[in-house]
Amino acid sequence: MTTRTLLDLRLNQPRFQGMEAGHRACQGCGQALAARLVLEATGPDVVVANATGCLEVFTTAWPDSAWRVAWLHSLFENTAAVAAGMEAALKAQGRNTKVLAFAGDGGTFDIGFQALSGMLERGHNVLFVCFDNEAYMNTGVQRSGSTPHAAATTTSPAGVARMGKRHLKKDILSIIAAHHIPYAATASVAYPADLRKKVRRGLQVDGPSFLQIHSPCPLGWAHGSELSIEVARLAVQTGLFPLIELERGALTGAMHIRQIRPVTEYLKLQGRFRHLFTDDPRAREELAHLQALADHNIEIYDLLGNSPEALDTEGADTVRRGGLHSA
Amino acid sequence: MRQALEGSQAIAQAVALCRPQVVAAYPITPQTHIVENLARLVADGKLGCELVSVESEFSAASVALGAACAGSRAYTASASQGILLMSEVLYNIAGLRVPLVLTCANRALSAPLSIWNDQQDSMAVRDAGWIQLYCADNQEAVDITIQAFRIAERCELPVMVCVDGFTLTHTLEPLELPSQEIVDRFLPPYRFSRGLDPLAPLSMGTLVAPEYFTEARHLHHEALLAARQEVEAAAADWAAACGREQAPLVRVDGPPEATIGMLTLGSVFGTLLDARDQFGGPPVKLLHLGCFRPFPTEALRAACTGLEHLIVLERAISPGADGIVGAEVRSALMELDHPPRVHNFAAGLGGRDVPLAIYPRLLDAIGKPHPRMSAIDLRPELLPDKAHAAGEAP
Repeated sequence: MTTRTLLDLRLNQPRFQGMEAGHRACQGCGQALAARLVLEATGPDVVVANATGCLEVFTTAWPDSAWRVAWLHSLFENTAAVAAGMEAALKAQGRNTKVLAFAGDGGTFDIGFQALSGMLERGHNVLFVCFDNEAYMNTGVQRSGSTPHAAATTTSPAGVARMGKRHLKKDILSIIAAHHIPYAATASVAYPADLRKKVRRGLQVDGPSFLQIHSPCPLGWAHGSELSIEVARLAVQTGLFPLIELERGALTGAMHIRQIRPVTEYLKLQGRFRHLFTDDPRAREELAHLQALADHNIEIYDLLGNSPEALDTEGADTVRRGGLHSA
Repeated sequence: MRQALEGSQAIAQAVALCRPQVVAAYPITPQTHIVENLARLVADGKLGCELVSVESEFSAASVALGAACAGSRAYTASASQGILLMSEVLYNIAGLRVPLVLTCANRALSAPLSIWNDQQDSMAVRDAGWIQLYCADNQEAVDITIQAFRIAERCELPVMVCVDGFTLTHTLEPLELPSQEIVDRFLPPYRFSRGLDPLAPLSMGTLVAPEYFTEARHLHHEALLAARQEVEAAAADWAAACGREQAPLVRVDGPPEATIGMLTLGSVFGTLLDARDQFGGPPVKLLHLGCFRPFPTEALRAACTGLEHLIVLERAISPGADGIVGAEVRSALMELDHPPRVHNFAAGLGGRDVPLAIYPRLLDAIGKPHPRMSAIDLRPELLPDKAHAAGEAP
């Protein structure tokens, strides 16, 4: 067999589908795509602790299940602790099966945070994946600690007296980084090869790892379901959702932005920011504020850096400028 | 070997004899000594297990849940506020039908804050779907802890072993600890039929629509009822293994012809035994309700047949209703041809000492009018209106 044929085989190998088709997610659901991508990278030798939320609900309406991996949903706020228990058990049994924890931003930033912090502090060998869709989508789009500033949700609506959420999106990654865990990163469904690479990296390290995946919600963000990937990509290309990697709390990688887009390109696609595109002077102020947040990210993470990194925001999966091909 | 051990130390050693693979706990008085003793056994290399010292009781129960689902024998212990904090997980563990064992070092609930013993904590989660066993003394705490693992694993249900905080957990008693060989023969290695296995992946804890939910609850109820047999079988087998008589559902002590009964849960049973010896009086049948869930209706009816009066003495109340145990006992005995009159009292709330002298007071109360439920050791002179009447500061 020639080398060429081997390579073809490898590239055309069907990926492991840990989460099957037939689940009940909305069209264009970023979380469903993200979960599928994560399991493509992990393979079948995993056990999953899944928090209450959309992912749990749309995959497991009894007696159906979309999961082809060993999977447990316990509660909303205890996912990291359940995963820690699984890991302790597997360790006691001398097994190398990897433990994954899946939670939304509510189950990570807010109600599940204490258990997550405890799990990280104790150093369990768990990959915690946060599917960040920036609000409580399962209960009908209520604001969470992850909802961006000025976004409208059902509990932070825009009206005469308010311009959407009045508080900043919690910088969860910095808080995670403060635990000095071996590996923490952000990823986006718009960059699947980068996402899979980070999942594999998270599983390689000894100790806890954390992956925050930006996962658009067409229903909650009020954009067309065909726009999920475009919206996710613009979040990265504007600097609002930087794709970075941290090891022991120190920045070790950032996906560079070759061409910075203004935040308005990202915001204008989404109904949750519609109130920012009016003549209201407060809207202009909020837009300027959001642009400043993006500019700040670009500066602190050096997102314009001219490194030899092969992948960038203009097409990390398709453009190969020589060197490393990580997909 | 007979030895003098503090209750917590004995419980910890009993747990260690059961070879748990994962122990998760968060400190709370009066449970602390149990976990400290387990940590000491791990540190000394006498117990090979993953000891997970978590950041809350909520996580303690969750870690135990995850561990049991991933195929390891798991144990946790708590008390009072800790039991309430983990209550959401307790319901979840039971609903998922996960076998694990929890020791509840019974303590009052705040407010007002009290670190002392009563049984309001375990009573607050009586409907969680756990098997609940109450220990009259520390020998029982040892024996029941060991049986609890077997009951849990055979029934695929969680078991809560309730021991009175301080009264048992912090008291030295002479007791027998079984050998490792006896426990190993009694308790086979842990195996969970629905465990998480990448080779045979299951989805556990799925969303269940109204079309199936009732059936799930029905099966849970049936499983609890059926667990009575496993509780009795474990006691019989353990009695044969260790040579000590076991009284699994309702322990009865007293002459069969007695027309007065006194029923209680936990360490007060020993107080009543001693008091009966000391004070004498009419023949009294003493009953210990060792198994509160599943509720041993038949055994209780059998034990109460022929009684004219049954005093139910409990260490918790349901404010605005009757006593928790009293109401359940009344309900269970209603269908007897000649049910005894139930006199329901609380005593020993928040650690108030239950002295031997309570025994004649209880007997006296039978002949006097009293509310359906009241605290028999209430001190009216401490109530604010009485204090006012006496011209004291409230």
